[in-house]
Amino acid sequence: MKVLVPVKRVVDYNVKVRVKSDGSGVDIANVKMSMNPFDEIAIEEAVRLREKGVATEVIAVSCGVTQCQETLRTAMAIGADRAILVETADELQPLAVAKLLKALVDKEQPQLVILGKQAIDDDCNQTGQMLAALTGWGQGTFASKVEVADGKVAVTREVDGGLETVSLKLPAVVTADLRLNEPRYVTLPNIMKAKKKPMDVLKPADLGVDITPRLKTLKVSEPPKRGAGIKVPDVATLVDKLKNEAKVI
Amino acid sequence: MTALVIAEHDHGTLKPSTLNTVTAAAACGGDVHVLVAGHNAAGAAQQASQIQGVSKVLHADGAQLAEQLGETIAAQVLTVAKDYSHLLFPATAHGKNVAPRVAALLDVAQVSDISAVVSPDTFERPIYAGNAVATVQSGDAVKVITVRGTGFDAAASSGGSAAVETVDAVADSGLSSFVGSEIAKSDRPELTAAKIIVSGGRALGSSEKFDQVLTPLADKLGAALGASRAAVDAGYAPNDWQVGQTGKIVAPQLYIAAGISGAIQHLAGMKDSKVIVAINKDPEAPIFSVADYGLEADLFEAVPELVKAL
Repeated sequence: MKVLVPVKRVVDYNVKVRVKSDGSGVDIANVKMSMNPFDEIAIEEAVRLREKGVATEVIAVSCGVTQCQETLRTAMAIGADRAILVETADELQPLAVAKLLKALVDKEQPQLVILGKQAIDDDCNQTGQMLAALTGWGQGTFASKVEVADGKVAVTREVDGGLETVSLKLPAVVTADLRLNEPRYVTLPNIMKAKKKPMDVLKPADLGVDITPRLKTLKVSEPPKRGAGIKVPDVATLVDKLKNEAKVI
Repeated sequence: MTALVIAEHDHGTLKPSTLNTVTAAAACGGDVHVLVAGHNAAGAAQQASQIQGVSKVLHADGAQLAEQLGETIAAQVLTVAKDYSHLLFPATAHGKNVAPRVAALLDVAQVSDISAVVSPDTFERPIYAGNAVATVQSGDAVKVITVRGTGFDAAASSGGSAAVETVDAVADSGLSSFVGSEIAKSDRPELTAAKIIVSGGRALGSSEKFDQVLTPLADKLGAALGASRAAVDAGYAPNDWQVGQTGKIVAPQLYIAAGISGAIQHLAGMKDSKVIVAINKDPEAPIFSVADYGLEADLFEAVPELVKAL
């Protein structure tokens, strides 16, 4: 069973982004970029499936600029067998990415696609569900546990109020939530090995996909600032303020 | 121009997030209809018909809709989608699961997690964990939207008198089936709908301490319990209590953060609360920068004292 894992290159988790003063976007020049943390969890899960003998091959895919090759090398250092980059410098929105992935699914015929539930830059939470729609497959979103058996995958999902388990016919799409696993540390020997693994580079046009953005970003602004309040010396003052000043209790 | 709100419900009753989504739908400028797709869901459909500002309720009923599986619900939405300019879902686990599937099958973009409606085709939404706000315009004929509940007031749940129209339920998708669920039963208010939230961080040290120290305060205030990602990762609190960018987005009247340092991703989930109280012994904790009232103290002493003083 082949597993396809789409990964996105995003601003690193620890970077606090700044909004550009002209309102055209956020400043990501000279900012550290990393693999979207949820996608790292997805790669880890796919590699574990291969280590368990459930999957035979793990293919990492990224869509975006040339530098996404670094993200794909990281995916291969975690354990992906090979990689595909769909290279473009144009803006990619989730629907366009889902269409590119659909074209790759047609080509590679994986039984399972695992990807992060959302990217931490645009916070969209769309691509996995859109890919499932375009392929006509079932979807197991926000997964905290994945078990493949008998042509099906059981996915335990994090939902409001607790957990829910669904069983999906394969092929299917699974999106990873935070607690699906803890990705391994990448070791130097594995980084060296990853450099020798194969990587194909394609263009969106090679896949016959129209990636024209559907949403136009008119401006990006700072969120309203919340000013700091006051420090209170003790519990009695706190209770007094909550009762008589804020009037919330 | 008519907007359709896809109701979130447990068949018998509507979930509060539906009411906030109705407000967002009304802001899009046209009529507002509500779709209730469920099993024996006449109760929820009836409630939907009473929401102020709703002019029609579509009610689809069938056993295959009982578990609200994303594939089947999306198919149900698509049967009526052609009549609408906007399809709005609450940005809850359920809405986020279904909406992109609908958008892709309509070949339109989705606008996720909107916090404001600027005009019928332009919306504000937070990006980068709420560190920036993007204003986006959709050129698609149908706008598929998920709505951040904290960005919109709840519509009045009574006063309306919309007609309830029955629509045929779609067949089961055959792609997925429900196996089971572990939903915690609790008398506490739902986290995203609570007026007061008591939230704990890693400083609590263990799940026993978390319960011992924070539960009495939550009980006293009739509050929901929340947690930081660090506390959830450490196993002190269940996953679905997590407040933050990747957890729940909340905006209660009062948010009490005990032993929470205030990582960016946590602040993203609670900074729209009306009043924030921070109890932390580290004077440099970033949580104090957003707190209306900060108490620099050991939470193991301050919280029990607070329980007594209330």
